[in-house]
Amino acid sequence: MNQTLLAEWCAEIEADPTRVRTRFPAAAREIGRTPGTSPAPGEDRVEDDVRVRLLSALGRGLADDADALSAEVHDLYRFGDADERRAVLLGLGHLQAALGDRAVDLLHDALRTNDPRLVAAAVGTYAARLEDAAWRQAVLKCLFVGVPLRLVAGLDVRADDELRRMVADYAAERRAAGREVPADALPLLPVPTPSTRES
Amino acid sequence: MRIFDPHIHMSSRTTDDYEAMAAAGVKALVEPAFWLGQPRTSVDSFVDYFDALVGWERFRASQFGIAHHCTIALNPKEANDPRCTPVLDLLPRYLAKDGVVAVGEVGFDSMTEDEEKAFSRQLDLAREFALPALVHTPHRDKLAGTRRTLDLVEAAGIEPGMVVVDHLNEVTVDVVDQAGAWMGFSIYPDTKMDPDRMVAILQRRGLDRVLVNSAADWGRSDPLRTRATGEAMLAAGFTEDDVDKVLWRNPVEFFGQSGRLLLDVPEADQGATFAGNSLLRGERA
Repeated sequence: MNQTLLAEWCAEIEADPTRVRTRFPAAAREIGRTPGTSPAPGEDRVEDDVRVRLLSALGRGLADDADALSAEVHDLYRFGDADERRAVLLGLGHLQAALGDRAVDLLHDALRTNDPRLVAAAVGTYAARLEDAAWRQAVLKCLFVGVPLRLVAGLDVRADDELRRMVADYAAERRAAGREVPADALPLLPVPTPSTRES
Repeated sequence: MRIFDPHIHMSSRTTDDYEAMAAAGVKALVEPAFWLGQPRTSVDSFVDYFDALVGWERFRASQFGIAHHCTIALNPKEANDPRCTPVLDLLPRYLAKDGVVAVGEVGFDSMTEDEEKAFSRQLDLAREFALPALVHTPHRDKLAGTRRTLDLVEAAGIEPGMVVVDHLNEVTVDVVDQAGAWMGFSIYPDTKMDPDRMVAILQRRGLDRVLVNSAADWGRSDPLRTRATGEAMLAAGFTEDDVDKVLWRNPVEFFGQSGRLLLDVPEADQGATFAGNSLLRGERA
């Protein structure tokens, strides 16, 4: 990673936030990226770290104008490729003090996709702002598209009876079809009783 | 046999195709932006299409171990529709992205004034963004269209080595060759070129500056025609290294000029030595 250039770009964006529009898409090839186009969901990647740092610089540059910050973040997502969108989602957690709920719609957009890398990036700390129903659907979607549940921020605290019921139904459907239930769903399932235990 | 298909429209293909391509040795491809088989009626349709090319389609390909790149442009057919032409103003957003390795498909369909205007403007964009241009040649009046294409490239002041003129055949290859541009050939089940005619052209003029593609799309076409051409080359006495040059090193060299290739398959390391190519500029994990 080219740390000098990254520091330069952060300073530049802090001074002139509109610079993020051209720096953000170019960040991977100019500053650094992890090789490979098939990252696993939640994998640590150099280009993600770089872009999240640029977003933090944007947050400092627009510290006194939350609406402008939100508009800039929305445009980066709207015109971003899959890598850029992932980085925007990962950066939301760092900007939430300023953004408040303004970017929750980006989580909804990402959770509508079937790209596990976007889904994984949408269930970080900023997902605490999702309403309960949407958050439960997000957890279930993780199970469906193969995003490990350890990536869901605050799962232990927020998992409620309704989520457990949904996961139990999901497990029953998997078993009825003769398929495995993902191991990370098991802690959310009720302890089997004699009437529900498989023979 | 490792294969880089330099022109294939994967958004119209199924995962069966991805699977068969991976099994046949396809490790990388370029999906040029084109029309959809039926006309678009608004700029928003282009935006959603471009988003798919830099997002979902890249993800689909990655699931099969295939590095997906694309080219972005207003295609010649839709350059004639005033409802579509404002998309030209949005192109710079996409031409700045990783994995966007050329401006294309540009060129002529019916050789209209509107087509020529959009073509010239996009050649200027290619120069501005230091990207190669991928030029479609018309089905009708092909030789005249190819000549006019080369005139426009010269007028735009673009290095001929930064341009591939595509869908060539026995009649159009020589003018492009003489101009110093790259020559693209689409190998089809019925129309365009077939593997044996392709081999005959390679025997006649050699392997330099030649790109062989399947141009597979929503019409009757075959994503494995690249492999079939490689096999026809071997059967005609070309070496494995010759096949590797045509089906891998040539497209890496041409699109590598963009500095935007996302090739990280281990064999691609040798490709990184091509001038101006920064495909592995990122730090090693």
